[in-house]
Amino acid sequence: MNHEAPVVEFMGLYFNMANVLMITVASAIVFLIAVLSTRKLAMKPTGIQNFMEWVMDFVKGVINSTMDWKEGGRFHILGLTLIMYIFVSNMLGLPFAIVLGGNLWWKSPTADPTITLTLAVMILGLTHYYGIKLKGIKEYTAGFFSPMKFLFPLKIIEEFANPLTLGLRLYGNIYAGELLLSLLAGGLAHQGIIGTIAAIPLTLAWQGFSVFVGTIQAYIFTMLTMVYMSHKVSHDH
Amino acid sequence: MLTSSLVLGAAEHASINTGDIVFQLLMFIILLALLKKFAWGPLMGIMKQREEHIGSEIQAAENSRKEAEKILQEQRNLIKEARNEAASLIESAKKQGDIQREEIITTARSEAERIKESAKLEIEQQKEKAVAAIREQVASLSVLIASKVIEKELSAQDQDKLINEYIQEAGDL
Repeated sequence: MNHEAPVVEFMGLYFNMANVLMITVASAIVFLIAVLSTRKLAMKPTGIQNFMEWVMDFVKGVINSTMDWKEGGRFHILGLTLIMYIFVSNMLGLPFAIVLGGNLWWKSPTADPTITLTLAVMILGLTHYYGIKLKGIKEYTAGFFSPMKFLFPLKIIEEFANPLTLGLRLYGNIYAGELLLSLLAGGLAHQGIIGTIAAIPLTLAWQGFSVFVGTIQAYIFTMLTMVYMSHKVSHDH
Repeated sequence: MLTSSLVLGAAEHASINTGDIVFQLLMFIILLALLKKFAWGPLMGIMKQREEHIGSEIQAAENSRKEAEKILQEQRNLIKEARNEAASLIESAKKQGDIQREEIITTARSEAERIKESAKLEIEQQKEKAVAAIREQVASLSVLIASKVIEKELSAQDQDKLINEYIQEAGDL
Protein backbone atom coordinates (compact mmCIF):
# COMPACT_ATOMS: atom_id res chain seq x y z
CA MET A 1 0.00 0.00 0.00
CA ASN A 2 2.33 2.69 1.04
CA HIS A 3 4.70 1.63 -1.64
CA GLU A 4 7.79 3.30 -2.97
CA ALA A 5 8.39 3.85 -6.66
CA PRO A 6 11.53 2.31 -8.15
CA VAL A 7 13.01 5.56 -9.49
CA VAL A 8 16.25 5.42 -11.41
CA GLU A 9 18.24 8.39 -12.63
CA PHE A 10 19.59 8.10 -16.14
CA MET A 11 21.18 10.93 -18.18
CA GLY A 12 19.69 13.52 -15.83
CA LEU A 13 16.18 12.13 -16.25
CA TYR A 14 14.26 10.37 -13.51
CA PHE A 15 12.74 7.12 -14.64
CA ASN A 16 10.11 5.37 -12.58
CA MET A 17 11.03 1.87 -13.67
CA ALA A 18 7.57 0.59 -12.73
CA ASN A 19 6.04 3.06 -15.15
CA VAL A 20 8.57 2.15 -17.82
CA LEU A 21 7.70 -1.50 -17.35
CA MET A 22 3.96 -0.97 -17.37
CA ILE A 23 4.01 1.36 -20.35
CA THR A 24 5.95 -1.26 -22.24
CA VAL A 25 3.59 -4.01 -21.14
CA ALA A 26 0.51 -2.00 -22.05
CA SER A 27 1.95 -1.06 -25.43
CA ALA A 28 2.94 -4.65 -26.11
CA ILE A 29 -0.53 -5.93 -25.23
CA VAL A 30 -2.22 -3.35 -27.41
CA PHE A 31 0.14 -4.17 -30.22
CA LEU A 32 -0.44 -7.89 -29.85
CA ILE A 33 -4.22 -7.55 -29.73
CA ALA A 34 -4.25 -5.28 -32.74
CA VAL A 35 -1.84 -7.33 -34.82
CA LEU A 36 -3.33 -10.72 -33.93
CA SER A 37 -6.81 -9.50 -34.74
CA THR A 38 -5.73 -8.20 -38.12
CA ARG A 39 -3.53 -11.12 -39.19
CA LYS A 40 -6.10 -12.89 -41.29
CA LEU A 41 -8.05 -10.12 -42.93
CA ALA A 42 -10.98 -11.14 -45.06
CA MET A 43 -13.62 -9.36 -47.04
CA LYS A 44 -16.11 -11.32 -44.99
CA PRO A 45 -14.92 -10.56 -41.45
CA THR A 46 -15.00 -13.28 -38.85
CA GLY A 47 -14.34 -13.50 -35.13
CA ILE A 48 -11.86 -11.03 -33.80
CA GLN A 49 -11.71 -9.04 -37.00
CA ASN A 50 -15.36 -8.22 -36.43
CA PHE A 51 -14.50 -6.91 -32.99
CA MET A 52 -11.65 -4.78 -34.31
CA GLU A 53 -13.88 -3.37 -37.01
CA TRP A 54 -16.48 -2.61 -34.40
CA VAL A 55 -13.84 -0.67 -32.41
CA MET A 56 -12.90 1.16 -35.58
CA ASP A 57 -16.48 2.09 -36.31
CA PHE A 58 -16.94 3.11 -32.70
CA VAL A 59 -13.99 5.53 -32.86
CA LYS A 60 -15.25 6.70 -36.23
CA GLY A 61 -18.57 7.44 -34.56
CA VAL A 62 -16.82 9.39 -31.81
CA ILE A 63 -14.98 11.49 -34.37
CA ASN A 64 -18.05 11.99 -36.51
CA SER A 65 -19.99 13.24 -33.51
CA THR A 66 -17.51 16.07 -33.02
CA MET A 67 -16.34 17.06 -36.47
CA ASP A 68 -16.57 16.54 -40.18
CA TRP A 69 -15.06 13.29 -41.41
CA LYS A 70 -13.16 15.27 -44.05
CA GLU A 71 -11.10 16.79 -41.26
CA GLY A 72 -11.56 14.09 -38.63
CA GLY A 73 -10.54 11.15 -40.79
CA ARG A 74 -6.87 11.82 -40.14
CA PHE A 75 -7.40 11.36 -36.38
CA HIS A 76 -8.93 7.93 -36.78
CA ILE A 77 -5.71 6.07 -36.12
CA LEU A 78 -4.81 8.37 -33.23
CA GLY A 79 -8.21 7.83 -31.65
CA LEU A 80 -8.01 4.08 -32.11
CA THR A 81 -4.58 3.84 -30.55
CA LEU A 82 -5.57 6.14 -27.70
CA ILE A 83 -8.70 4.27 -26.76
CA MET A 84 -6.99 0.89 -26.96
CA TYR A 85 -3.91 1.99 -25.06
CA ILE A 86 -5.81 3.73 -22.29
CA PHE A 87 -8.31 0.93 -21.96
CA VAL A 88 -5.60 -1.70 -21.69
CA SER A 89 -3.64 0.50 -19.28
CA ASN A 90 -6.68 0.97 -17.08
CA MET A 91 -7.33 -2.75 -16.99
CA LEU A 92 -3.77 -3.72 -16.17
CA GLY A 93 -3.91 -2.60 -12.52
CA LEU A 94 -7.21 -4.32 -11.76
CA PRO A 95 -6.51 -8.05 -11.41
CA PHE A 96 -3.51 -7.69 -9.09
CA ALA A 97 -0.64 -5.49 -8.00
CA ILE A 98 2.90 -6.69 -7.61
CA VAL A 99 5.12 -5.28 -4.89
CA LEU A 100 8.78 -6.24 -4.81
CA GLY A 101 11.02 -5.00 -2.02
CA GLY A 102 8.59 -2.26 -1.06
CA ASN A 103 8.43 -1.05 -4.64
CA LEU A 104 5.14 -1.17 -6.51
CA TRP A 105 5.93 -2.76 -9.87
CA TRP A 106 2.65 -3.87 -11.36
CA LYS A 107 -0.04 -1.20 -11.64
CA SER A 108 -1.91 0.78 -14.23
CA PRO A 109 0.43 3.17 -16.00
CA THR A 110 -2.52 5.56 -16.11
CA ALA A 111 -2.60 5.60 -12.30
CA ASP A 112 0.35 7.99 -12.46
CA PRO A 113 -0.31 11.70 -13.11
CA THR A 114 2.95 12.03 -15.01
CA ILE A 115 1.77 9.55 -17.62
CA THR A 116 -1.76 10.88 -18.01
CA LEU A 117 -0.58 14.47 -18.16
CA THR A 118 2.01 13.50 -20.74
CA LEU A 119 -0.74 12.05 -22.89
CA ALA A 120 -2.93 15.09 -22.28
CA VAL A 121 -0.17 17.54 -23.19
CA MET A 122 0.64 15.48 -26.25
CA ILE A 123 -3.01 15.85 -27.30
CA LEU A 124 -2.79 19.59 -26.63
CA GLY A 125 0.31 19.82 -28.80
CA LEU A 126 -1.39 17.86 -31.56
CA THR A 127 -4.48 20.08 -31.46
CA HIS A 128 -2.33 23.16 -31.94
CA TYR A 129 -0.28 21.49 -34.64
CA TYR A 130 -3.33 20.45 -36.63
CA GLY A 131 -5.04 23.76 -35.89
CA ILE A 132 -2.23 25.62 -37.61
CA LYS A 133 -1.83 23.01 -40.32
CA LEU A 134 -5.48 22.83 -41.34
CA LYS A 135 -6.63 26.40 -40.80
CA GLY A 136 -3.49 28.40 -41.38
CA ILE A 137 -1.72 30.60 -38.84
CA LYS A 138 -4.09 33.52 -39.41
CA GLU A 139 -7.32 31.74 -38.76
CA TYR A 140 -5.68 29.79 -35.95
CA THR A 141 -4.71 32.99 -34.17
CA ALA A 142 -8.10 34.51 -34.83
CA GLY A 143 -9.59 31.53 -33.03
CA PHE A 144 -8.23 32.92 -29.75
CA PHE A 145 -10.23 36.12 -30.17
CA SER A 146 -13.52 34.66 -31.24
CA PRO A 147 -16.35 35.09 -30.67
CA MET A 148 -15.29 38.23 -28.72
CA LYS A 149 -11.95 39.83 -28.14
CA PHE A 150 -12.16 40.08 -24.36
CA LEU A 151 -12.46 36.29 -24.17
CA PHE A 152 -8.76 36.01 -25.04
CA PRO A 153 -7.58 35.50 -21.42
CA LEU A 154 -10.22 32.85 -20.95
CA LYS A 155 -9.07 31.12 -24.09
CA ILE A 156 -5.52 31.09 -22.80
CA ILE A 157 -6.68 29.65 -19.48
CA GLU A 158 -8.66 27.08 -21.41
CA GLU A 159 -5.52 25.93 -23.16
CA PHE A 160 -4.02 25.08 -19.79
CA ALA A 161 -7.19 23.86 -18.15
CA ASN A 162 -8.09 21.44 -20.92
CA PRO A 163 -5.03 19.20 -20.74
CA LEU A 164 -4.89 19.50 -16.97
CA THR A 165 -8.45 18.27 -16.53
CA LEU A 166 -8.02 15.73 -19.29
CA GLY A 167 -4.97 14.20 -17.64
CA LEU A 168 -6.06 14.51 -14.04
CA ARG A 169 -9.53 13.09 -14.69
CA LEU A 170 -8.02 9.91 -16.04
CA TYR A 171 -5.38 9.74 -13.35
CA GLY A 172 -7.84 10.43 -10.55
CA ASN A 173 -10.32 7.80 -11.63
CA ILE A 174 -7.79 5.06 -12.15
CA TYR A 175 -5.64 5.91 -9.15
CA ALA A 176 -8.65 6.07 -6.86
CA GLY A 177 -9.83 2.75 -8.16
CA GLU A 178 -6.51 1.09 -7.55
CA LEU A 179 -6.09 2.75 -4.19
CA LEU A 180 -9.40 1.44 -2.98
CA LEU A 181 -8.59 -1.99 -4.40
CA SER A 182 -5.28 -2.05 -2.56
CA LEU A 183 -7.00 -0.90 0.60
CA LEU A 184 -9.57 -3.66 0.28
CA ALA A 185 -7.28 -6.47 -0.78
CA GLY A 186 -4.15 -5.37 1.05
CA GLY A 187 -5.70 -3.73 4.11
CA LEU A 188 -9.16 -4.93 5.03
CA ALA A 189 -8.44 -8.52 4.00
CA HIS A 190 -5.57 -8.62 6.55
CA GLN A 191 -7.72 -7.48 9.50
CA GLY A 192 -8.63 -10.95 10.72
CA ILE A 193 -11.12 -13.48 9.43
CA ILE A 194 -14.13 -11.16 9.43
CA GLY A 195 -12.18 -8.58 7.49
CA THR A 196 -11.22 -11.16 4.89
CA ILE A 197 -14.81 -12.33 4.44
CA ALA A 198 -16.01 -8.73 4.19
CA ALA A 199 -13.27 -7.84 1.72
CA ILE A 200 -14.18 -10.53 -0.84
CA PRO A 201 -17.56 -9.17 -2.06
CA LEU A 202 -16.38 -5.59 -1.72
CA THR A 203 -13.27 -6.24 -3.80
CA LEU A 204 -15.31 -8.11 -6.39
CA ALA A 205 -17.81 -5.30 -6.62
CA TRP A 206 -15.15 -2.63 -6.80
CA GLN A 207 -13.19 -4.51 -9.43
CA GLY A 208 -16.30 -4.77 -11.54
CA PHE A 209 -16.96 -1.11 -11.08
CA SER A 210 -13.35 -0.33 -11.94
CA VAL A 211 -13.67 -2.21 -15.21
CA PHE A 212 -16.64 -0.03 -15.97
CA VAL A 213 -14.81 3.14 -14.90
CA GLY A 214 -11.70 2.20 -16.86
CA THR A 215 -13.75 1.64 -20.02
CA ILE A 216 -15.66 4.88 -19.56
CA GLN A 217 -12.47 6.82 -18.93
CA ALA A 218 -10.85 5.46 -22.07
CA TYR A 219 -13.92 6.54 -24.00
CA ILE A 220 -14.02 9.96 -22.35
CA PHE A 221 -10.36 10.58 -22.99
CA THR A 222 -10.77 9.76 -26.68
CA MET A 223 -13.99 11.73 -26.92
CA LEU A 224 -12.49 14.82 -25.31
CA THR A 225 -9.41 14.53 -27.48
CA MET A 226 -11.64 14.73 -30.51
CA VAL A 227 -13.66 17.58 -29.01
CA TYR A 228 -10.52 19.65 -28.39
CA MET A 229 -9.27 18.71 -31.81
CA SER A 230 -12.47 19.86 -33.46
CA HIS A 231 -12.31 23.16 -31.55
CA LYS A 232 -9.01 23.86 -33.21
CA VAL A 233 -9.64 22.27 -36.57
CA SER A 234 -13.26 22.99 -37.52
CA HIS A 235 -13.98 26.13 -39.47
CA ASP A 236 -17.58 26.68 -38.50
CA HIS A 237 -16.91 26.82 -34.81
CA MET B 1 -1.88 -0.04 9.30
CA LEU B 2 -5.09 1.14 7.64
CA THR B 3 -4.58 4.71 8.76
CA SER B 4 -1.01 4.90 7.52
CA SER B 5 -2.03 3.69 4.10
CA LEU B 6 -4.48 6.55 3.69
CA VAL B 7 -1.67 9.01 3.17
CA LEU B 8 -0.40 7.01 0.24
CA GLY B 9 -0.09 9.74 -2.33
CA ALA B 10 2.18 11.86 -0.18
CA ALA B 11 4.93 9.28 -0.13
CA GLU B 12 5.69 9.60 -3.83
CA HIS B 13 9.01 10.66 -5.18
CA ALA B 14 9.47 14.40 -4.76
CA SER B 15 10.79 15.41 -8.20
CA ILE B 16 8.96 15.00 -11.49
CA ASN B 17 9.73 11.80 -13.33
CA THR B 18 10.92 13.48 -16.49
CA GLY B 19 12.14 10.19 -17.85
CA ASP B 20 8.62 8.78 -17.69
CA ILE B 21 7.37 11.65 -19.78
CA VAL B 22 9.96 11.04 -22.44
CA PHE B 23 9.43 7.30 -22.31
CA GLN B 24 5.64 7.54 -22.48
CA LEU B 25 5.79 9.94 -25.41
CA LEU B 26 8.27 7.78 -27.24
CA MET B 27 6.37 4.59 -26.60
CA PHE B 28 3.11 6.11 -27.68
CA ILE B 29 4.57 7.40 -30.91
CA ILE B 30 6.24 4.05 -31.60
CA LEU B 31 2.99 2.24 -30.81
CA LEU B 32 1.09 4.59 -33.07
CA ALA B 33 3.52 4.04 -35.92
CA LEU B 34 3.65 0.27 -35.48
CA LEU B 35 -0.10 -0.07 -35.23
CA LYS B 36 -0.60 2.12 -38.25
CA LYS B 37 1.75 -0.05 -40.24
CA PHE B 38 0.75 -3.50 -38.99
CA ALA B 39 -2.81 -3.26 -37.78
CA TRP B 40 -4.92 -0.20 -38.52
CA GLY B 41 -3.54 0.34 -41.99
CA PRO B 42 -4.37 -3.14 -43.29
CA LEU B 43 -7.68 -3.18 -41.43
CA MET B 44 -8.70 0.18 -42.87
CA GLY B 45 -7.53 -1.04 -46.25
CA ILE B 46 -9.75 -4.08 -46.12
CA MET B 47 -12.68 -2.03 -44.85
CA LYS B 48 -12.21 0.44 -47.64
CA GLN B 49 -11.85 -2.42 -50.09
CA ARG B 50 -15.05 -3.94 -48.84
CA GLU B 51 -16.79 -0.61 -49.13
CA GLU B 52 -15.63 -0.31 -52.71
CA HIS B 53 -16.53 -3.92 -53.38
CA ILE B 54 -20.05 -3.37 -52.10
CA GLY B 55 -20.30 -0.17 -54.06
CA SER B 56 -19.19 -1.84 -57.26
CA GLU B 57 -21.49 -4.78 -56.61
CA ILE B 58 -24.42 -2.45 -56.22
CA GLN B 59 -23.38 -0.67 -59.37
CA ALA B 60 -23.06 -3.99 -61.20
CA ALA B 61 -26.46 -5.12 -59.96
CA GLU B 62 -27.98 -1.86 -61.09
CA ASN B 63 -26.31 -2.21 -64.47
CA SER B 64 -27.45 -5.78 -64.97
CA ARG B 65 -30.96 -4.82 -63.96
CA LYS B 66 -30.95 -2.09 -66.57
CA GLU B 67 -29.50 -4.50 -69.09
CA ALA B 68 -32.19 -7.06 -68.33
CA GLU B 69 -34.86 -4.44 -68.69
CA LYS B 70 -33.44 -3.37 -72.01
CA ILE B 71 -33.28 -6.93 -73.26
CA LEU B 72 -36.83 -7.54 -72.08
CA GLN B 73 -37.99 -4.50 -74.01
CA GLU B 74 -36.08 -5.69 -77.04
CA GLN B 75 -37.63 -9.13 -76.80
CA ARG B 76 -41.06 -7.63 -76.46
CA ASN B 77 -40.49 -5.56 -79.55
CA LEU B 78 -39.21 -8.59 -81.38
CA ILE B 79 -42.28 -10.61 -80.48
CA LYS B 80 -44.52 -7.78 -81.57
CA GLU B 81 -42.63 -7.52 -84.82
CA ALA B 82 -42.82 -11.25 -85.37
CA ARG B 83 -46.54 -11.18 -84.76
CA ASN B 84 -47.03 -8.36 -87.18
CA GLU B 85 -44.92 -10.14 -89.73
CA ALA B 86 -46.87 -13.35 -89.31
CA ALA B 87 -50.14 -11.47 -89.72
CA SER B 88 -48.91 -9.75 -92.84
CA LEU B 89 -47.59 -13.04 -94.16
CA ILE B 90 -50.97 -14.68 -93.71
CA GLU B 91 -52.62 -11.69 -95.30
CA SER B 92 -50.36 -11.77 -98.32
CA ALA B 93 -50.69 -15.53 -98.61
CA LYS B 94 -54.47 -15.13 -98.70
CA LYS B 95 -54.16 -12.51 -101.38
CA GLN B 96 -51.76 -14.66 -103.31
CA GLY B 97 -54.18 -17.56 -103.07
CA ASP B 98 -57.03 -15.42 -104.36
CA ILE B 99 -54.98 -14.24 -107.26
CA GLN B 100 -53.89 -17.74 -108.07
CA ARG B 101 -57.44 -18.99 -107.96
CA GLU B 102 -58.53 -16.29 -110.33
CA GLU B 103 -55.66 -17.11 -112.60
CA ILE B 104 -56.38 -20.80 -112.58
CA ILE B 105 -60.01 -20.18 -113.29
CA THR B 106 -59.20 -17.86 -116.16
CA THR B 107 -56.69 -20.21 -117.65
CA ALA B 108 -59.10 -23.08 -117.30
CA ARG B 109 -61.79 -21.05 -118.96
CA SER B 110 -59.59 -19.99 -121.82
CA GLU B 111 -58.35 -23.53 -122.20
CA ALA B 112 -61.89 -24.77 -122.39
CA GLU B 113 -62.70 -22.09 -124.92
CA ARG B 114 -59.69 -23.04 -126.93
CA ILE B 115 -60.58 -26.75 -126.82
CA LYS B 116 -64.16 -25.96 -127.80
CA GLU B 117 -62.91 -23.79 -130.62
CA SER B 118 -60.56 -26.45 -131.90
CA ALA B 119 -63.26 -29.06 -131.61
CA LYS B 120 -65.58 -26.90 -133.68
CA LEU B 121 -62.85 -26.42 -136.22
CA GLU B 122 -62.26 -30.13 -136.31
CA ILE B 123 -65.94 -30.76 -136.80
CA GLU B 124 -66.05 -28.25 -139.62
CA GLN B 125 -63.06 -29.83 -141.26
CA GLN B 126 -64.50 -33.29 -140.89
CA LYS B 127 -67.72 -32.03 -142.38
CA GLU B 128 -65.89 -30.47 -145.35
CA LYS B 129 -63.98 -33.64 -145.80
CA ALA B 130 -67.14 -35.68 -145.63
CA VAL B 131 -68.87 -33.42 -148.12
CA ALA B 132 -65.91 -33.60 -150.47
CA ALA B 133 -65.89 -37.38 -150.12
CA ILE B 134 -69.55 -37.56 -150.82
CA ARG B 135 -69.15 -35.34 -153.82
CA GLU B 136 -66.51 -37.62 -155.15
CA GLN B 137 -68.72 -40.53 -154.39
CA VAL B 138 -71.56 -38.81 -156.17
CA ALA B 139 -69.39 -38.13 -159.19
CA SER B 140 -68.30 -41.70 -159.42
CA LEU B 141 -71.84 -42.84 -158.81
CA SER B 142 -73.15 -40.61 -161.44
CA VAL B 143 -70.56 -41.98 -163.82
CA LEU B 144 -71.70 -45.41 -162.82
CA ILE B 145 -75.33 -44.46 -163.26
CA ALA B 146 -74.53 -42.82 -166.51
CA SER B 147 -72.87 -45.89 -167.76
CA LYS B 148 -75.84 -47.97 -166.62
CA VAL B 149 -78.26 -45.56 -168.18
CA ILE B 150 -76.29 -45.56 -171.33
CA GLU B 151 -76.49 -49.30 -171.23
CA LYS B 152 -80.26 -48.97 -171.08
CA GLU B 153 -80.18 -46.43 -173.95
CA LEU B 154 -81.76 -43.62 -172.30
CA SER B 155 -82.98 -40.58 -174.04
CA ALA B 156 -81.19 -37.32 -173.55
CA GLN B 157 -84.19 -36.02 -171.80
CA ASP B 158 -84.22 -38.85 -169.31
CA GLN B 159 -80.52 -38.55 -168.83
CA ASP B 160 -80.78 -34.90 -167.91
CA LYS B 161 -83.61 -35.60 -165.59
CA LEU B 162 -81.68 -38.33 -163.95
CA ILE B 163 -78.53 -36.31 -163.45
CA ASN B 164 -80.44 -33.44 -162.01
CA GLU B 165 -82.23 -35.74 -159.71
CA TYR B 166 -79.01 -37.18 -158.51
CA ILE B 167 -77.41 -33.84 -158.04
CA GLN B 168 -80.47 -32.68 -156.22
CA GLU B 169 -80.19 -35.65 -153.99
CA ALA B 170 -76.50 -35.14 -153.50
CA GLY B 171 -77.07 -31.46 -152.68
CA ASP B 172 -79.55 -32.42 -150.06
CA LEU B 173 -77.08 -34.62 -148.33
